[in-house]
Amino acid sequence: MLSLTCPCCGITAEETEFAPGGEAHLKRFGPGSSDEAFEGYLFARKNPKGVHFERWRHAYGCGKWFLAARCTATLEVFGTYPAQTTQPPAELIAKIKAKRPEWEGWA
Amino acid sequence: MKRYSIFAVAREAMRYHAGWERAWRSPTPKKRYKVIVVGAGGHGLATAYYLGKVHGIRDVAVIEKGWLGGGNTGRNTTIIRSNYLQDPSAAIYEKARALYEGLSQDLNYNVMFSPRGLLMLGQTEHEVRGYKRTVHANRLQGIATEWIGPERVKELVPIINIAGPRYPVLGALYQARGGTARHDAVAWGYARACSAMGMDIIQKCEVTGIRTEGGKVQGVSTTQGEIDCEQLAVVVAGHSSVMAEMAGFRLPIESVALQAWVSEPIKPCMDVVVMANTVHGYMSQSDKGEMVIGGGTDGFNNYTQRGSWHHVEETTRALVETFPIISRLKMLRQWGGIVDMTGDRSPILSKTPVEGIFVNCGWGTGGFKSIPGSGYAMAELMARGHSPLAAEFGLERFREGRFIDESVAAGVAH
Ligand SMILES: Cc1cc2nc3c(=O)[nH]c(=O)nc-3n(C[C@H](O)[C@H](O)[C@H](O)COP(=O)(O)OP(=O)(O)OC[C@H]3O[C@@H](n4cnc5c(N)ncnc54)[C@H](O)[C@@H]3O)c2cc1C
Ligand SMILES: [Zn+2]
Repeated sequence: MLSLTCPCCGITAEETEFAPGGEAHLKRFGPGSSDEAFEGYLFARKNPKGVHFERWRHAYGCGKWFLAARCTATLEVFGTYPAQTTQPPAELIAKIKAKRPEWEGWA
Repeated sequence: MKRYSIFAVAREAMRYHAGWERAWRSPTPKKRYKVIVVGAGGHGLATAYYLGKVHGIRDVAVIEKGWLGGGNTGRNTTIIRSNYLQDPSAAIYEKARALYEGLSQDLNYNVMFSPRGLLMLGQTEHEVRGYKRTVHANRLQGIATEWIGPERVKELVPIINIAGPRYPVLGALYQARGGTARHDAVAWGYARACSAMGMDIIQKCEVTGIRTEGGKVQGVSTTQGEIDCEQLAVVVAGHSSVMAEMAGFRLPIESVALQAWVSEPIKPCMDVVVMANTVHGYMSQSDKGEMVIGGGTDGFNNYTQRGSWHHVEETTRALVETFPIISRLKMLRQWGGIVDMTGDRSPILSKTPVEGIFVNCGWGTGGFKSIPGSGYAMAELMARGHSPLAAEFGLERFREGRFIDESVAAGVAH
């Protein structure tokens, strides 16, 4: 069972209080973009075995969306951060890098 | 290969079973094969088998990082059915179900296929309408399913509680020729037959890289060295995205954990498979007497083969309401597998952006039932460049918006 801290209301709770929302930081391509870009945005996923940036919603709490960095190979949660950003905070990236020196970076 | 038969059993009984040969060889890899299949699960082994049997391509290696059948093929709850909604699904799942009927004879290996009948309970008005629609679709597809009322359900499953309390059983989608088979035996039977055709099954050998040149596959790097090939089949279920990354493309796949568990063995009490999608659980009884139970997947990406506890709790709770007699049973074992989910809950059998690389994945929570049909179609796709059964399951369907939406048929994970 995962334990996550909601950065919006500050509560730490078990995963049953949250709803997972898939890969984070997807760049949106809409009408007018190429078919490839649109397909990539809608369907293609990194789905890495290792560090994953993902969306969660505090569904049975404050209701807000937030983002998390988590390892899909160990289930370790590195940290959570507010969703109003286009990239993970630098401290979080540094923290992950220290724990996973072989990690190739978030992009 | 020595054939298994009643005479072989009698002969060996007379000499302390000293004469059985190993079911498959464990060779060291050659430098080059015509075809390399990555992943010795059911789908990879079946792909190799039909390449040899139907298309005469026998210069084949199946490479497996663990032991054969140790992935989802050896972790699933073995439900076999073909009562899907869309025509392309019905075709490939029905081909698989039909091949299962003769598989033990074909492979000379008892896969214990048991067409004991399968019920998908309708427990809300919405579900009833959905399943009646499926019955009509199946009739047009030539697949024998029927809608049965609650009294018939009770007759077929005496231990069921049809009176609710929260979700009374309003009827069921019944496929009399659905059922189960022995999962390990399916992998072992195909492996033995492949080995007998001269194919190499290489276990404890992990593919760590894919070599390409000018957009064409050259071979793979493995923990047992470099191996070249003309064609590469990636059939690794939950690890498909990892392999695609090695070859430089992305798939519309997410890997999540799916769990199952079994009770202590009890006397025979239920001789059909029952799926209850509204309350999210399903159950059958194994030949050993264990009640085999499964439920839903986790919603987050996961490669640990460990799922979240609350699914076990929720599913067991739901099944206790549906089958009150199981409330006193002790659960014996619980395990998880990493399943490869697509957005439309249909598989991918396809060429890829790299020439010579083919993928067979996305079977998600329900690909045990399809093993023979999938291997058959995949072999045809690789040998001939086109397979009618696989045609609709190409990767391009996501770009073209031609989804094969089975989110209803795949309702509960199975
Ligand atoms: C709990 C559970 C219950 C299920 N119940 C049902 C059911 O009732 N009915 C049904 O039809 N389906 C069911 N399924 C789904 C079914 O198990 C799968 O769809 C099916 O077994 C997939 O087979 P496969 O051969 O594609 O994958 P797998 O059997 O997982 O084989 C893939 C193999 O690839 C290997 N591999 C991965 N990466 C590498 C690498 N880099 N190098 C070499 N080898 C590698 C793995 O070790 C593995 O052995 C269930 C699944 C689970 C987890
Ligand atoms: Zn919150």
